Amino acid sequence: MSAVKAKHQRLVLVLIALAALIAAGLLAAWALRNQASYFYLPADIAAKPPEAGRAIRLGGMVETGSIKTAPDGVTVHFVVTDGKNRVPVAFKGIVPDLFKEGSGVVAEGRLDPAGQFVADNLLAKHDEKYVPREMKDMTAAQARETVKDTK
Amino acid sequence: MIAEFGLAALWFAAALALLQLVAGSLALTPRGGALACVVRPVAMVQGALALVAFAALLTVFAETDLSVKLVAMNSHSAKPLLYKIAGAWGNHEGSMLLWVTVMGLAGGFVALVERRLPEPTMLATLAGQAFVSLGFYAFLLFASNPFERLNPVPVEGQGLNPLLQDPGLAFHPPTLYLGYVGLSIAFSFAIGALVTREVSPAFARAMRPWVLGAWIFLTLGITAGSYWAYYELGWGGWWFWDPVENASLMPWLAATALLHSAGVLAARNALRAWTVMLGVVAFSMSMVGTFLVRSGILTSVHAFAVDPKRGTFILGLLAIYIGGALTLFAIRAATVTEGERFSVTSRESALVFNNVMLTGALGIVLMGTLYPLVTEAFGEKVSVGPPYFNPMTAVFVVPMLLVLAVGPLLRWRRDSLKRVSAMLLVPGGIALICLVIGAVLAPGKVLPIIGLALAPAIALASLLPLRGRKLRQVKLPLWGMVVAHFGIAVALFGMACDSAFTTERLVAVRVGDTTPVGPWQIRLAHIAPVAGPNWTALEATLQASYKGAAPVETHPQARTFWAPVQNTAESALLTRWNGQLYTVLGDEAEDGRWQLRLWWKPFVPMIWLGGMLIGLGGLLALLGRVWSDLRRIIAREKIAYRREKQGR
Repeated sequence: MSAVKAKHQRLVLVLIALAALIAAGLLAAWALRNQASYFYLPADIAAKPPEAGRAIRLGGMVETGSIKTAPDGVTVHFVVTDGKNRVPVAFKGIVPDLFKEGSGVVAEGRLDPAGQFVADNLLAKHDEKYVPREMKDMTAAQARETVKDTK
Repeated sequence: MIAEFGLAALWFAAALALLQLVAGSLALTPRGGALACVVRPVAMVQGALALVAFAALLTVFAETDLSVKLVAMNSHSAKPLLYKIAGAWGNHEGSMLLWVTVMGLAGGFVALVERRLPEPTMLATLAGQAFVSLGFYAFLLFASNPFERLNPVPVEGQGLNPLLQDPGLAFHPPTLYLGYVGLSIAFSFAIGALVTREVSPAFARAMRPWVLGAWIFLTLGITAGSYWAYYELGWGGWWFWDPVENASLMPWLAATALLHSAGVLAARNALRAWTVMLGVVAFSMSMVGTFLVRSGILTSVHAFAVDPKRGTFILGLLAIYIGGALTLFAIRAATVTEGERFSVTSRESALVFNNVMLTGALGIVLMGTLYPLVTEAFGEKVSVGPPYFNPMTAVFVVPMLLVLAVGPLLRWRRDSLKRVSAMLLVPGGIALICLVIGAVLAPGKVLPIIGLALAPAIALASLLPLRGRKLRQVKLPLWGMVVAHFGIAVALFGMACDSAFTTERLVAVRVGDTTPVGPWQIRLAHIAPVAGPNWTALEATLQASYKGAAPVETHPQARTFWAPVQNTAESALLTRWNGQLYTVLGDEAEDGRWQLRLWWKPFVPMIWLGGMLIGLGGLLALLGRVWSDLRRIIAREKIAYRREKQGR
């Protein structure tokens, strides 16, 4: 390293570190805007549907009488509703124990072009202590109404 | 009685921490020198008293004393003894008591053995340690008293979350806590060095064993936690970018950076201010993690506290300690003189690169973890998952892995790329060949292909520092580095294979049916009910045959715990040298078929094997450092003894 450079070594190091950190911050901010998965209620999907294929989370009540198991025995179809709007959901996997009709669910996945929600994962109310974050608000306000409507 | 005894011990320990802070601070003033002799003994007794309080809590849990509120809320007389004891830290209050106990013990231990640093720096360090402890004592005593009594005494306790009733989980929290809280020593050393303006290689040498120790526990804790999530949650994944996992990863990243920069400071007297800064950041990340996990902001198995007062309390502590330390750093950093210079091609430069990349990855993880909290404050509910974390951390981790292969071969101060590049021809060639093989075997999977290409090359390159040396004469710290870097290659290979080659089957089958997954044929032989101490279950007997070999039986269960009532899927694993068969029993369909979820995961155990190797590398380095320190002390004592004899 030349003598001039060596004189400012500390400054150069600080600048490199700062540049890397700022780059990390900008990169993270950009990626977060594109990759964060937003939470939708059926009403949000009806009002402003997210583009197909984008990872989102859908929360609502499982409509009574809507759970159907496909002939393969592992794919379930059901409808998530908030009382007015309905979103059909397909899920391939073992459903959580507290997943049942008339109770709340948060599905992680994406909409397919036909408007069906394809879930990779279902979060149901686990027990009194551990509730998915979105469901805490939802079950209190909307759930009661929803259940009333769907019954 | 035992509960009151424990509470009294806790109050005394808190009072001693206050004394330690006041005496330590006054002893630094010109007229307070006489107080200096008090500080070390006080630190030791404070640690011992915290341990007494923790032992009292363990006792009430072991006896299931239901008149103690914490026991009634979190335990049950029908639990096995191991989980009764583990229940003591499987809740908010108990885990915070474990936190202060570890902090007190670590401080006491430093006071007992550390003699290399100038005495004022030690006093400032111990005062700093007491200052941090004091906040957590206050938090325990005023906002989360673990010894609170309950009146009337309930007939039975409410039990422990069944997910936590697992032998791995019994030891996972204490291991992680030793890591988190062990970093408090690095934090206090940094404060001590800043207050007394003593940033020197001796400071780095004194701090390094503590960082190493904490880092080993963090590494093992994260490895164990990942394996637990893998087999207990039944999703077949080993890392979920869950905020709780991130909370343990962030201090690990900071501690890893600190370990490497402390190495530069100890050997070459460079990166002075930066090392002090990392000492502050590492423990700050531990506290941020604790805040995230324990404040109730996040809902997960780990979030015990629902009381918003507690979240505010921890947030206040965070603001005081992190804000205070960073302010002190800002004031004093300019007075830390510049260290030794080094050329662009040198060991130092490689380590600077490692530090910048680790810090970048830390920034990515921190932002991804905090982002949902920030948006929620604006009424938008968002979750951030693998689509963000995987590529973004790779941006920093992949270049770091490349330099990991080169850095250890470089000499301190200055070196030529020519000398090193000759050695790297073979690993470079291997990386290219593996890149092609990976691209053919797992087309389109970018990150797994990079992993498959880098893992064998790094594995080989990590052994190169041993080249041309007599293996018997290689010092333990060098062995430690080689083993840890080799472990990274092993873990990387496991991760890449898992995401590139895993095969999954999800089927509904009748008893007697056979289904294939990867090279396996799985037959559902029968399903029978079984009972455990506090659960009942349906257990499947699966006969698994690998490429036509004689079948091996494996038994996944669908368990129902009855206190509290909860269902869990207990996966069953079959481990071979080249991978793991992972089986989960699901529900019974209406037509009498059973759901089975099966994975064949080639080489996946190497992830945790690699994690253990990384920890082992740390242990070797620690033993080497402690051993050479001991020898130096013994030699010095001998010389002093001889001089004394001659003097007479």
